[in-house]
Amino acid sequence: MGWEQMLKPLTADIRADRAALPLAAYEAAGGYQGLRTAISQTPFQVQQAVTASGLRGRGGAGFPTGMKWSFVPMGAPGGSTADTGGHRYLVVNADEKEPGTMKDRWLMEGNPHQLLEGALIAAWAVQADIAYIFLRREYTQCAQSLTRAIAEAQKAGYVGERVLGSGWNISIRMHMSAGRYMCGEESGLLNALEGRRATPRNKPPFPQVSGLWGRPTVVNNVETLVNVPHIIREGPEWFKSLSPGSDPGTKIYGVSGKLKRPGLWELPMGTTVRELVDLAGGMKDGLKLRGLLPGGASTDFLSADQMDVKLDFDSVAKAGSRLGTGTMIVLDDATCPVGMVLSLEKFFARESCGFCTPCREGLPWVARILESLEQGTGEQRDLEILEQHVGLLAPGRTFCALAPGAVEPLGSALKLFRDDFEKHVHQKRCPWK
Amino acid sequence: MKTFTPATARAGAIHLTIDGRRYEVDAEGKNLLHVCLSLGLNLPYFCWHPALHSVGACRQCAVKLYKDEADTKGRIIMSCMTAVTDGMRVSVEDPEARMFRGQVTEWLMVNHPHDCPICDEGGECHLQDMVVMTGHAYRRYRFTKRTHRNQDLGPFINHEMNRCIQCYRCIRFYRDYAGGRDLEALGAHDDVYFGRQTDGALENEFSGNLVEVCPTGVFTDKTLQKHYTRKWDLQTAPSICVHCAVGCNTIPGERYGMLRRVRTRYNGEVNGYFLCDRGRYGYEFVNSASRIRQPLAKNGDVQHAIAGPEAAARAAAAVSSAPAVGIGSPRASLETNFALRTLVGPANFYLGVSDLHASNLKLMAKILKEGPAPVASIRQARQSDAVLVLGEDVWNTAPILALTLRQASSNAPAAAAMKQKKLNAWDDAAVREAIRHEKGPFFIASVEETKLDEVARECYRMAPSDIAALGFAAAHEIDPSSPAPAGVSEDLQQAARRIGAALKAAERPLVVSGAGLGAPEVIQAAANVARALKKAGRDALISLVFPEANSLGAALLAAGGLDAASRAMAARKGQALVVAEADVYRGVAAKSARDLLSSATHVICIDHTRHATADAAEIVLPSCTYAESSGSMISSEGRAQRFFSVMPPVEPAKSAWRWLDEIAVAAGKKPSAWQDMDEVIRAMTAELPELIGVGNAAPGANYRLGGSRVPRKSIRESGRTAATANISLHEPPPAKDPDSPLAYTMEGASIGAPASLNARFWSPGWNSDQSLSKFQAEVSGQLIGGDPGVRLFEPPAQDTGTYFAATGANGPVADGTLILVPRYHVFGSEELSSLAPGIASRTGAASLALSQSECEKRGLHAGGTARVTVDGAEPLELAVVVTHMPEGIASVALGMPGMPVLPVPGRAIVTGAGK
Repeated sequence: MGWEQMLKPLTADIRADRAALPLAAYEAAGGYQGLRTAISQTPFQVQQAVTASGLRGRGGAGFPTGMKWSFVPMGAPGGSTADTGGHRYLVVNADEKEPGTMKDRWLMEGNPHQLLEGALIAAWAVQADIAYIFLRREYTQCAQSLTRAIAEAQKAGYVGERVLGSGWNISIRMHMSAGRYMCGEESGLLNALEGRRATPRNKPPFPQVSGLWGRPTVVNNVETLVNVPHIIREGPEWFKSLSPGSDPGTKIYGVSGKLKRPGLWELPMGTTVRELVDLAGGMKDGLKLRGLLPGGASTDFLSADQMDVKLDFDSVAKAGSRLGTGTMIVLDDATCPVGMVLSLEKFFARESCGFCTPCREGLPWVARILESLEQGTGEQRDLEILEQHVGLLAPGRTFCALAPGAVEPLGSALKLFRDDFEKHVHQKRCPWK
Repeated sequence: MKTFTPATARAGAIHLTIDGRRYEVDAEGKNLLHVCLSLGLNLPYFCWHPALHSVGACRQCAVKLYKDEADTKGRIIMSCMTAVTDGMRVSVEDPEARMFRGQVTEWLMVNHPHDCPICDEGGECHLQDMVVMTGHAYRRYRFTKRTHRNQDLGPFINHEMNRCIQCYRCIRFYRDYAGGRDLEALGAHDDVYFGRQTDGALENEFSGNLVEVCPTGVFTDKTLQKHYTRKWDLQTAPSICVHCAVGCNTIPGERYGMLRRVRTRYNGEVNGYFLCDRGRYGYEFVNSASRIRQPLAKNGDVQHAIAGPEAAARAAAAVSSAPAVGIGSPRASLETNFALRTLVGPANFYLGVSDLHASNLKLMAKILKEGPAPVASIRQARQSDAVLVLGEDVWNTAPILALTLRQASSNAPAAAAMKQKKLNAWDDAAVREAIRHEKGPFFIASVEETKLDEVARECYRMAPSDIAALGFAAAHEIDPSSPAPAGVSEDLQQAARRIGAALKAAERPLVVSGAGLGAPEVIQAAANVARALKKAGRDALISLVFPEANSLGAALLAAGGLDAASRAMAARKGQALVVAEADVYRGVAAKSARDLLSSATHVICIDHTRHATADAAEIVLPSCTYAESSGSMISSEGRAQRFFSVMPPVEPAKSAWRWLDEIAVAAGKKPSAWQDMDEVIRAMTAELPELIGVGNAAPGANYRLGGSRVPRKSIRESGRTAATANISLHEPPPAKDPDSPLAYTMEGASIGAPASLNARFWSPGWNSDQSLSKFQAEVSGQLIGGDPGVRLFEPPAQDTGTYFAATGANGPVADGTLILVPRYHVFGSEELSSLAPGIASRTGAASLALSQSECEKRGLHAGGTARVTVDGAEPLELAVVVTHMPEGIASVALGMPGMPVLPVPGRAIVTGAGK
């Protein structure tokens, strides 16, 4: 493997035309070697390798993947499915709904077998016998490429009964979700997968203990899982060497906004905001960067003077925001920040599942106030109400993380762009219109 | 009313500090909200419900939790989702927590229509109480409100979705708790809608509880709306439901002489927080046009109104010349049955049901008294970890027991999951999720499918004799000394083995059966299973379903059934027949009933509601329903309970026992009249010492609270001095009530009265039924001072009884006839509730149910008509219903309108119509 590939293990094999990589080509590039290695090891060894690699979940929360797997009750050390009886599940969270985020789509369309292999290794590591791919309905291209890949993998003996001559059976099932943002939250996803309302569940119990239909279940993001075959094949140390910092591996970063060349890049974890903005060709002519949401819509704004923040989980947290999905949305100086936040809050208000009061009633109120500001009918007291909601919808006060995430851009915008909010009230209009 | 007294140190108790005050509580595993409410603290909440537990949706019960003594900042937590731990330090009054709770209320009121003045929930609205409690007074939201369209949900429930605060209690009760399917949460974000997919009557038989479960006015009582009265103007009294034998405690409400509604009266041992729809909505029979309001006497064939004293004198003359035969009633009070028994003599007192049913009642009463096992209260049934239901369609014959068994069915898997997954019992969603596909040891053997089947691990469709054989075989599996049945198939034996093993492995197994099938061998088989479990050292309980509100009480007094009465009438010509609150046409087939009535020199019928027997009677005397009289009844549990008149009787109507006593005195059969009900009870318990507990079911008429009677009216009642001003400007004195310590006034205090006298749950700041926690020793525990009622029978601790002989499996017969068995429906099978318009509209038609293959043999089809011929009854034509049931059997829905009484269980020839 060349240096270029070492840096981009997740995307190096994706063709320029982004057509799905067929099984033969995937195998030729070393595909399914990770699965062979994994099955030759005990599930516990596989878990240990992933834990040792330091891989953290790429869905947004950054939870250590190996640790997540280790919470599955496995019975005797070394793994056996006979601990409690009944199914165990591995669920691929492919319900990519975070605004500004399209990284999983790229991975699934271009290299579906890489995801299947990751899912199979994860399933082996927790001794699951059924894997679900919970896919966003709009991702029809992904559905096609994955469906074809599953059939190929079944034919090749990677999926099905007695995989690769082992005693292990695994089936992979596609589920096209009806789709709500809430399904991106793992317990909401599980409820939806059971055919119920996509409302979150209280934790504990965590899905690893009581997940799908009450059975042990691991839910992993697409990007998380596609790292796994490479870790098993190349080893934890290799994975750590991919990034210069303490947060290992590569990351699919995205940049959207009024830049010259918005897009997606696979880069070492810890790439700075500035490097990424440069890769995107910088701001369009005549525009200045005013701020950015580093990891999708539900993260705090970073300001224009935080360009050197490293985009890894800990560094972004230290800078006052979250890495999230690692796909940033850039605000320029010709766009109204109130309007931008309005557009986000309308989204979150609509996507609230309606289960808990603060989120269900608070977010629409926030959105209506922002709308009123934009229409020039805002009042000074509205800003107080907005500020109050930032605190009222804090973690622990709502049932799940949706509303706390939703008020992250609002709270940071109220600090960073306070003048803009005030102008909307005092000028009784949106100054950008 | 609750007053907190600091507890002394107890083993197993933990301590926690709330707002600087130290409490010691037995609260292991409980949630903080439960504990706070149990301590009498005021903490607002919506989505939590004492029977439905916690889901953490509304966020209203937020409090501050501190890490330790040094923590000054603390963090906001939801008390309903937080387990109490030893040494915990929390604050309810913390300003930040208070502010957050106020904000939650403000959010909940964002879309609320503020239509309190015209809302049917007004006066008992939990939302109103919580708005006041949290101090939310001024709205800041200045945008448009979301609005919804409402649905027609049938005769029982109004729907006003705009008032909804999305607490999710309704669907959690309706779907999770009661098993309903047709009420759902629809939509999302701030547009969640709780309703059906299309308009239509809610199907579930417990739908009426939505009225009480809903914390605001989304689901309200549609029958109350028809004759609406403000809640504080309702005159109430503690009552007992008369529509089945569970004995649910109720609060009927009256205004201007009309019964307006029925609400649940919490009784921790009996119905807890709920009622079935028959019990809640059956009350309208009290207001029905079928009521008998005047004494009537026949002149030739026509009944004419006569004066009360004249009617009583004629009745006395009729019974004075010769011994009379009395027909008592399983729906009449003990006092009425005893008065009739006193009038005619114990040997001449019969029950208005067939001999077979009367002997089944006696058999069940014997099992209650002598064992093998104690009878389960509903609370105990809720705790059982393995259940066998033999032959009884509990859902339709004892609905609240069925609702309880539905919850109990998950006890065993829930206990295992909670242990394995470290779940809290109150974490409702997590527990339900963890046991989603698991079924506990719950077995049902019945002729037809039942609505409890969905929670059962195994269901068996069998003929009655096979059901009995299954029970006997299971008993034999548990204890080999229990007689084994003959002729048992290998399948049945295997099933018995599984049932026996599962029951034996349980700690608190419960065997349920009853009089429903009319098959004594099924009851005996149930007793044998319980006995075998007791002999195997298990704390087994039994639950036998009696058919009517006072079937057990009446059976304890009666010498036999209607067939025996007919024989007694035939054996000695020239006797009069006195029928008290019974319709003999509901007890035996029409021909037998006619023969019985025509064999009497005089027929005297005392009842409050017209029926065929009253129509045929020479003398009819108007008695009182439960709403206008007081009395005692004995439930299936053997619990003696007292009901009190909600309103005074309208003369000349009076309690049936008063008519009977007046006749007895006038006829010279009794030296003097009883002055009040306590005197009747004293006479009864003197004669029947086993009923001694009846006297303690509630305080007697002499009881006074602070020197006063307990008022039936609320202190907020309006218009007292104006209510009858259209008749006279002088306010009349309150009606006298010699039979109870209650008064038809608003003077005096009800708070502090024993639970058996309390029909008003109210506490400052708590105007809704949620005030209950102020009256309970602990949330969902006993009412302070003890749950009402007295259990009359406990079998000897050391079982000395012997097994019943086993009857064999017979299966269907080969002579081409079908075994005809009774079928029951919550709506329609019970006499009085069927007169309520709402219940009547939910009642199906008379029908014959049988299997597809039996239909095919006879050229019948679903929806077609079958001709049914049974011995001793006219052939009749019935609509055909096809169900899953074994071959050789058919069932008829007894008691339904248009359905004559047939001798069931029995045999029938079933052919196509016109053959």
